[in-house]
Amino acid sequence: MPVSKLVGTKVKRREDPRLVQGLSHYVDDLRMADVLQVAILRSPHAHARINGIDKGAAQALPGVVSVVNGADIGDSVGSVPCAAANPTLRTPPHPVLAQGEVRYVGEPVAAVVAEDSYTARDALDLIEVDYEPLPAVSDLEKALQPGSPLVHSQWDSNQAFTFECGTGDMDKARAEADVIVKQKFIHQRLAPIPVETRGVVARYFPGEGELTVWSSTQIPHLLRAMLALVLGFPEHRIRVIAPEVGGGFGCKLNVYREEALLAHLAMKLKATVKWIEGRRENMQATIHGRGQVGTVEAAVKKDGTILGVTYDSLLDTGAYHQLLTPGMPPLTGLMISGSYKIPTLKFTSTGGFTNKVATDAYRGAGRPEATLVIERTMDLIARELDMDPVELRRKNFAQPADFPLPVATGLAYDSGNYQAALDKALEMVGYDDLRAEQKRLREEGRYLGIGFSTYVEICAMGPSAALPAGGWESGTVRMDFTGKATVLTGVSPHGQGEETTFAQIVSDDLGIPIEDVAVLHGDTAVVPNGIGTFGSRGISVGGTAVYMATQQVREKAEAIAANVLECSAEDLEFEDGKFSVKGVPDKGITIQEVALQAHVATKLPAGMEPGLQATSVFEPSNFTFPFGTHICVVEVDTHSGEIEIKKYVAVDDCGKVINPMIVDGQVQGGIAQGLGQALLEEVVYDEDGQLVTGSLMDYAVARAEDLPPLEFARTETPSPVNPMGVKGVGEAGTIGSTPSIVNAVVDALAPFGVTHIDMPLKPEKIWRLCQGGTK
Amino acid sequence: MANTTKIEVRVNGVGRTAEVQPRLLLVHYLRDVLGLTGTHIGCETSLCGACTVMVDGAAVKSCTLLAVQVDGCEVQTIESLATDDGLHPIQEAFWDCHGLQCGFCTPGMIMATRQLLQENPSPSEEEIRHGLEGNICRCTGYKHIVDAVQQAAEQMKAGT
Repeated sequence: MPVSKLVGTKVKRREDPRLVQGLSHYVDDLRMADVLQVAILRSPHAHARINGIDKGAAQALPGVVSVVNGADIGDSVGSVPCAAANPTLRTPPHPVLAQGEVRYVGEPVAAVVAEDSYTARDALDLIEVDYEPLPAVSDLEKALQPGSPLVHSQWDSNQAFTFECGTGDMDKARAEADVIVKQKFIHQRLAPIPVETRGVVARYFPGEGELTVWSSTQIPHLLRAMLALVLGFPEHRIRVIAPEVGGGFGCKLNVYREEALLAHLAMKLKATVKWIEGRRENMQATIHGRGQVGTVEAAVKKDGTILGVTYDSLLDTGAYHQLLTPGMPPLTGLMISGSYKIPTLKFTSTGGFTNKVATDAYRGAGRPEATLVIERTMDLIARELDMDPVELRRKNFAQPADFPLPVATGLAYDSGNYQAALDKALEMVGYDDLRAEQKRLREEGRYLGIGFSTYVEICAMGPSAALPAGGWESGTVRMDFTGKATVLTGVSPHGQGEETTFAQIVSDDLGIPIEDVAVLHGDTAVVPNGIGTFGSRGISVGGTAVYMATQQVREKAEAIAANVLECSAEDLEFEDGKFSVKGVPDKGITIQEVALQAHVATKLPAGMEPGLQATSVFEPSNFTFPFGTHICVVEVDTHSGEIEIKKYVAVDDCGKVINPMIVDGQVQGGIAQGLGQALLEEVVYDEDGQLVTGSLMDYAVARAEDLPPLEFARTETPSPVNPMGVKGVGEAGTIGSTPSIVNAVVDALAPFGVTHIDMPLKPEKIWRLCQGGTK
Repeated sequence: MANTTKIEVRVNGVGRTAEVQPRLLLVHYLRDVLGLTGTHIGCETSLCGACTVMVDGAAVKSCTLLAVQVDGCEVQTIESLATDDGLHPIQEAFWDCHGLQCGFCTPGMIMATRQLLQENPSPSEEEIRHGLEGNICRCTGYKHIVDAVQQAAEQMKAGT
């Protein structure tokens, strides 16, 4: 019976039966004996000196095992690491518990270890901290002005780093331009909000000298290496396990104080310790995303030709650098020209310390900022030149023949057909009719807006030379005695479904049922090496490693089959899991029988090692560049300021598709977060650095009613960067959606003279703009 | 913390008696005392719905209910839905329609769906979206969840 090919088809996820029954094990679900509970006392001040800490009453509470603060830790635990390289970087010490000074609300000050979690929390209330408040700075632009309070007094300013990229002569572009367009953009801070907060369990076995850390992380292998460095403990004695992980969106692509602290406490107490982050802690102390301010300048000919673009920006780093904090602006700068051929590009970024929690990678990580800037700029130019925004885009698009496309920021885009995605989206949305309807409705005093985002993004991270800690990924495929396959992958899925998609690849190429493939991940003692899941790299880098290992297994199986069948490998054909001699279909051997032979090891070719397994470490030669067109149609109620999304069309191209159902899910979820940024979400600190949006009551995450009906389609432009032609899709929806929504609202309010609105587009803001009167 | 109160409660059809602190949250009773870890904690403030269980047939958020408040009640958690015959139609529909990604919100979402379909066996898309507004999913964008609820509604009507 022929085995149907699974790659490219909807295969239901193999992860789901355990998840829909509540039978999976997230960190908080692990059940171990004699676990001590940890609670963390956090700073209520944005900036303060700690003059003293009285732990006596807390320590005396029955059930409390230990209370520690920064002085107890001293230098026994190193600084929380920042991996992003930048020669201008100022890296402040980042202790696991505050050492004499706190610099943001939520900074860990002390930890209680107790027999149960309620007692641990009770004990927090008994710790007396003598704080001396210091001047704090919350606003990024103020932080970088002379005379600002200093977040770190060892430096003479709050400047954390500078970065620039690009090429070309902008003065020349300005001189040749007919029109100069300028606009300031604010990319508000966002909270990633995985529904599972962070959590850590650490266990130390002194006899074996082994430290095991369970953490809700996207990067178990990198976390292991970083813990070794921070703790001064040998890496080979550390095992990190990412069990089921309840969403990450970048915020678990990190190494946090609590991970090092729990590991330290486990070793110090020779015990198993556990900390589960509360949502309020999560809002205060897990990284935020975005937090960028910048001004674009575009030099344009009156026919719409864009000669040059500059974008000068600031990044709100917060008080301390997390793992990749300074690595965000380069991702904005490199993608600032979007899908357009722009000969002159110049990007600058200055990082500024503020008395707030660090910013770092959140879904899209630097690229949503670039996409918003260039896609908004296209609309600003179109308005200025009185051109249709679609025509302006068409005029400046890179064309299919231009690929690989060299870009003035130094990148080379792998493949693309921007026009095709746009055309498909225009057809789906019925663009010509929409413009007529917009005109008609305006005469009735109703305000329809049409917004475009013809985005391109950079993903499949990535070539090691371009990343701070290696961009390769490992994949091991092993067939055992009974012909079942075990796959080990270094990516660490947390919702992306690679237990299914990787099994589809292996099942197809080994000709075995998908039920016979197990995909293991997230445990450094099981998976020999890996980098992790982030930057839309799962299928394109991790999947490629698995694909390549699968080919190697099949090649070895073929050599064994030829030996068993006493023919040469060239005489064999492989179909539906069976090697047969060409022209003699009865003479054959199944791959399961080959697997058995590989282990019995009596009929192997001379010199061949027993076993049937291969490991491939895939080093990508380039990033991949997914793209697409999102079109949003809104109607704005000028009396209430409410925005209704009437229609939303998304045409995405993520290269070859392994599982269309999973791709749809990634795009839909991505759009929900992009819409969240456009319309709802905003982390707010007051000017003293107090977090105003400290709970899900104050921070608006999109709910089911906030999402409009969405229409989807795909184009498929394979990537030449990897053998399967895949690109990646985890972040595309978030990157592509936000500008289309903002552009639509600005378009709707054009009669009011509105040319730009900063996000989130809350009704109050819209209503106020509408009070400016009709032009 | 010697103060404890005796409660008697039926959880997933099994009678339980326990001495609990009056301040013990229902979700901690279910998870830490009974080991029913399918009910998750996402916000501790009733805002995300990850902890949704049913008490006497009504969906409630167990992170802001005390264990002593369910004394004498019937509690059902996600663990009660599947039987030896297989998954519950709502679970099956979430699986079929890709109504979950990381899965953390899913038990609560399924319990909320169960109440929704009890009250309205044929909900419109709008009614589904409104009915699930107390449950946050950060992964799916809700479209596949709506699809799943619609499929489950059809299945459950066909099955009755």
